[in-house]
Amino acid sequence: MSAFAATFSDALSLLAHFDHTVLEIVALSLQVSGAAVVLGTLIGLPLGACIAVGRFPGKTALSVLINGMMGLPSVVVGVVVYLILSRSGPFGALGMLYSPAAMVVAQTLLVVPLMAAITRQVVEDVWARYAEELQVMRFSWWDSVTTLLHDCRHSLVVAVLAGLGRAMSEVGAVMIVGGNIDGATRVMTTAIALETSKGDLALAIALGVVLIVIILALNALAYVLRQWAMRRFG
Amino acid sequence: MPIFPLSIHDLRFAPDGREVLAGVDLELGEEGITLVLGPNGAGKSVLLRTICGLLEPSAGRMAWGGAGGARPQQGVMMVFQRPMMLRMSVLDNVALGLKPLGVAGAERRRRGVEMLERVGLADRAGDSARQLSGGEQQRLALARAWLTKPRLLLLDEPTASLDPSASAAVERIIREIRTDGTRILMVTHNLGQATRLGDDIVFMAGGRVCEHTPVRAFFARPRSEEARLFIQGELPWRMRFQGA
Repeated sequence: MSAFAATFSDALSLLAHFDHTVLEIVALSLQVSGAAVVLGTLIGLPLGACIAVGRFPGKTALSVLINGMMGLPSVVVGVVVYLILSRSGPFGALGMLYSPAAMVVAQTLLVVPLMAAITRQVVEDVWARYAEELQVMRFSWWDSVTTLLHDCRHSLVVAVLAGLGRAMSEVGAVMIVGGNIDGATRVMTTAIALETSKGDLALAIALGVVLIVIILALNALAYVLRQWAMRRFG
Repeated sequence: MPIFPLSIHDLRFAPDGREVLAGVDLELGEEGITLVLGPNGAGKSVLLRTICGLLEPSAGRMAWGGAGGARPQQGVMMVFQRPMMLRMSVLDNVALGLKPLGVAGAERRRRGVEMLERVGLADRAGDSARQLSGGEQQRLALARAWLTKPRLLLLDEPTASLDPSASAAVERIIREIRTDGTRILMVTHNLGQATRLGDDIVFMAGGRVCEHTPVRAFFARPRSEEARLFIQGELPWRMRFQGA
């Protein structure tokens, strides 16, 4: 059997036997990325909708900035969060560095611009069609934002999925602020990077398979839900 | 805050220097249905948008309540040719109109159900608003506006692109809204509808009001040459050849 096939066979064996290490890493990954996406949704979606609906000086510049930050290098975010949370940083007293909480902060900073930019584009298109009618009904600025977010909810699943994809596949920032500590801050991407460098390709591939399956399953679920919702609500 | 009489004096709207409203003068009393007629580009829809505050006039003034009053914060509603249908139920779409008025959710729904019965959509209350036909959507939009008990209702071609039966249903609701005490200013291109619905006609051409007369008088003896040509179906052609 070739080394390639043997590695895959070992990886599948790890998955089939519900290897404790794999499960622990997967669980922490889901917790960290899930929390980051929840926070990103709570911040990014209203932020994007506010930019879309609002009329204020610098709106175009802010939109360009948010769009530009979609491609923010994760290692840069990692370094910035590291400096903020390190002992000598402004939030050093919280003692968050090298903890899952620090990883959530870093991933949230990465997904917020992405989710806000997608939301701004989606909501802006709908706002262009509904603005007059909402203004005639004397909807306040905030009521318009919440109404449009609700109306665009099926399309905004894309923003949430994009955020989840970004969070789960990110490695640089969580490596810097989490430290990749075994049993404490090791997530799928950092574990894959480490195990590959150590030559334990079976565990790296097993985690990679889980990562891909999770992302594909979530996308499939979102697609099915969106199709159902479009049939139900138009 | 009083709304009527509404006096519009020398109202102008000229985005980028192009005059869409070129000095509109108009008086609206407290009752009735006024139909706004005129060829495409006459400024009819822009006039409605300016009255309800969606567009800021370049010049001129609107005196609300007869004493030079400012535009009231409530009491003026507008229904558009393609009404907004949010991705929610028919009932929620109708009740939405009461949200800015601070009416509680349960009360909004109760009044919404009553209103849907009045416009013949009660059996569709739980359906998605986007699944309604064009005529039903327009009835929903009228119900949403009517629910807020507006004093002045502006209608921008509410029956355009509807079949005769759907148009008739919409016209019936418009009459009921008028009977309920709402003043209506409505843009239409349908001359038959103007005779059926209107008390008086405002005829516009080239961004100006050419005449404002009772319906019968307008069709029997139009005072302006533009109105006479429009009724005969010649105005758009004549304007094009004259470069108006």
